[in-house]
Amino acid sequence: MNNLARELKTAIIATLVLAVVVCGVYPLAVLAVAQGFFPRQANGSLVIGGGTIIGSSLLGQPFTESRYFHPRPSAAGAGYDATASGGSNLGPTSRKLVETVQARVAQYRTENGLAADATVPADAVTASASGLDPDISVKNALIQAARVAKARGWEKSAVEKLLRQHTQGRTLGLLGEPRINVLQLNLALDAGAKDAH
Amino acid sequence: MDIFGWIQLALFLGLLLALTKPMGLYLVRVLDAQGATFLDPAMKPAERFIYRVCGVDPVHEQDWRQYALSIALFSLVGMLFTYAILRLQSFLPLNPRQFGSLNPDLSFNTAASFTTNTNWQSYAGETTMSYFSQMVALTLHNFTSAAVGIAVAAVLVRGVARQGMQTLGNFWADIVRLTLYLLLPLSLVFALFLVSQGMLQNFQNYITATPVEMKAGVDGVAPQIIAQGPMASQVAIKMIGTNGGGFTNANAAHPYENPTPLSNFLQMLSIFLIPSGLTYYLGRMVGNQRHGWTVWAVMALVFLAGVTLCWWAESAGNPRLAALGVDAADGNMEGKELRFGIFNSALFATVTTDASCGAVNAMHDSFTPLGGLVPLVNIELGEIIFGGVGSGLYGMMVFIILTVFLAGLMVGRTPEYLGKKVESGEVKLAVLFVMAAVLSVLGFTGWACVSAWGQAGLANAGPHGFSEMLYAYSSCAGNNGSAFAGLSANTPWYNTTLGFATLVGRFLMLLPLLPLAGSLARKKIVPASGGSFPVHGVTFAVLLVATVLIVGALTFFPALALGPIVEHFIMTGSSALY
Repeated sequence: MNNLARELKTAIIATLVLAVVVCGVYPLAVLAVAQGFFPRQANGSLVIGGGTIIGSSLLGQPFTESRYFHPRPSAAGAGYDATASGGSNLGPTSRKLVETVQARVAQYRTENGLAADATVPADAVTASASGLDPDISVKNALIQAARVAKARGWEKSAVEKLLRQHTQGRTLGLLGEPRINVLQLNLALDAGAKDAH
Repeated sequence: MDIFGWIQLALFLGLLLALTKPMGLYLVRVLDAQGATFLDPAMKPAERFIYRVCGVDPVHEQDWRQYALSIALFSLVGMLFTYAILRLQSFLPLNPRQFGSLNPDLSFNTAASFTTNTNWQSYAGETTMSYFSQMVALTLHNFTSAAVGIAVAAVLVRGVARQGMQTLGNFWADIVRLTLYLLLPLSLVFALFLVSQGMLQNFQNYITATPVEMKAGVDGVAPQIIAQGPMASQVAIKMIGTNGGGFTNANAAHPYENPTPLSNFLQMLSIFLIPSGLTYYLGRMVGNQRHGWTVWAVMALVFLAGVTLCWWAESAGNPRLAALGVDAADGNMEGKELRFGIFNSALFATVTTDASCGAVNAMHDSFTPLGGLVPLVNIELGEIIFGGVGSGLYGMMVFIILTVFLAGLMVGRTPEYLGKKVESGEVKLAVLFVMAAVLSVLGFTGWACVSAWGQAGLANAGPHGFSEMLYAYSSCAGNNGSAFAGLSANTPWYNTTLGFATLVGRFLMLLPLLPLAGSLARKKIVPASGGSFPVHGVTFAVLLVATVLIVGALTFFPALALGPIVEHFIMTGSSALY
């Protein structure tokens, strides 16, 4: 019994002491160095425009106007809710999945003036894992470029040039997938429009 | 399945192989109470201080009963600590969103889940947990449950390596040294790297952003509230300690929680780092490095088989969507992030379930049937393919004991493992270890299937719904924590049963290992002779793989046939929808 009580006391003290180290000293040390060396990243990689916070360069946000590139469908809250990250969690034989994707395919074809049997990039009609995916594929962006150019009264080649400038390749030419950050591309479009006037 | 995938896979396995020996040698020093490391100047004073306040003599070794008692009490205290914080959350600091306290069943589930290194999450982090709860209640276990796992693996290895001894080491010295010399420094460096990639580390309130279209006056666009918090410090140890509990609901799929392909690659590598090093530690400690490398090779082989199948299935995609006009060349992108794509999602899913991590960078619920089968089978094999930190090695050692036992039966000799006779006592404990998980997984899944509360939580109908339940109990009993996340598990029934499944899966598996280690440590080492069964080389590797697969397959095949396997044939061979 003595032994049990002594071990219990050790367990309690050890828990508290380790908590001070790994739940106090450690995160605060990371905080101090992170805020000192990487303040932009540590505080959310925010994008500021005209004195207001527009969003984060890491997070997607909704775009529906035809003059903007559209992000992937989002299952986070009502769409791109950055307090409710998550996917649709619909399985491959889910009726809801098939019907939702069917409607998205039709909408994507209509919006972009595609033929009724045109193939559609998968990322354009499927929900991402986080619901906050900031990127779309190059293939998807190239299809949308015509619509965006028309809505803005731009040459298609001007939009495509901007699109190529904003294409991120694989990290080190190797890791991940080539992609385009939708928010940054759209901001560049708006900035380009301003320059033109 | 493009060339970039193959190169990334080769790079991943190559780096893992290169890190195995240095990590193993470092573990040898850390797990020796008197071992010297390069961090001694920084950490020795802290180590001595902790021993002094805890009243621990680090060189005083414990026998298996004392060691088991220390584990049980330490885990109990830690679990109550977390339960109390979650129940009192609304009264505690660092709660800018003023989240309320958690209810009893969710608190129990979360406390059990984190204590057992499962990190199953019935809650969504960014709408439930205060920064204090994340940083203290949960992160504590990210460190301690990892340290306990490694300590138990070390005890089992010591049992094999020692002879004629009663003692197995000092639990307190093991976990203090593992925390100070291994987990803490690795996490510190890794957390800072993750911040450099874009991960959060702050205490500020959630940010209200004005999206571009809202600013432009488009109707119906709401402000974007962006969750913040001390994320990097928790995520670093979540990967290194194979915990897997996400700071956010989307876990490592969230762009803040896994911002770049590079952060993704190193997160995957960090899951396997310590488990892989432990195979070298095993070889070094028992004086048979070829045995350690053979175990590594077996793990790598099963890992590669899993990745390849998952990658192939996800690349092939969903024929139902292809029929609608979705480009089949893109694969199954539902529930995946574009920056990771098909390959890195399949690789992550395999790594996180080979290990007991359970972090996800894609939603397993939306994988194709065979793509989702891989993580499910990985968990059901016992997460011994590299496995959880410590739990992977001790799980694999149980299978090694079963393998030498079966090999002994085949040739009619007394089985022995590295000179230790394996007798009925050891085999009974090994079988108890295997049975605990099986009963917990199949028993609870069966109960949920026939209960209104079980069916009420399903997000998908048909075989996929069954897979959701099977995955949930496999994940909890296997202490993995990943999910077919459509399942609405935050109900009193699910929280309670899943919480118990995590406790069974941890302690009914871990505690039988201590008498096993104690019994092995007492035995004499019989010198190897011509009749000894070698535990290295191809023959042993084939037998070990076969044992793992046969035990796993025979146990779970009927259940898998009702879930992912039948769903695969429905998806490819019919037009049925659910």
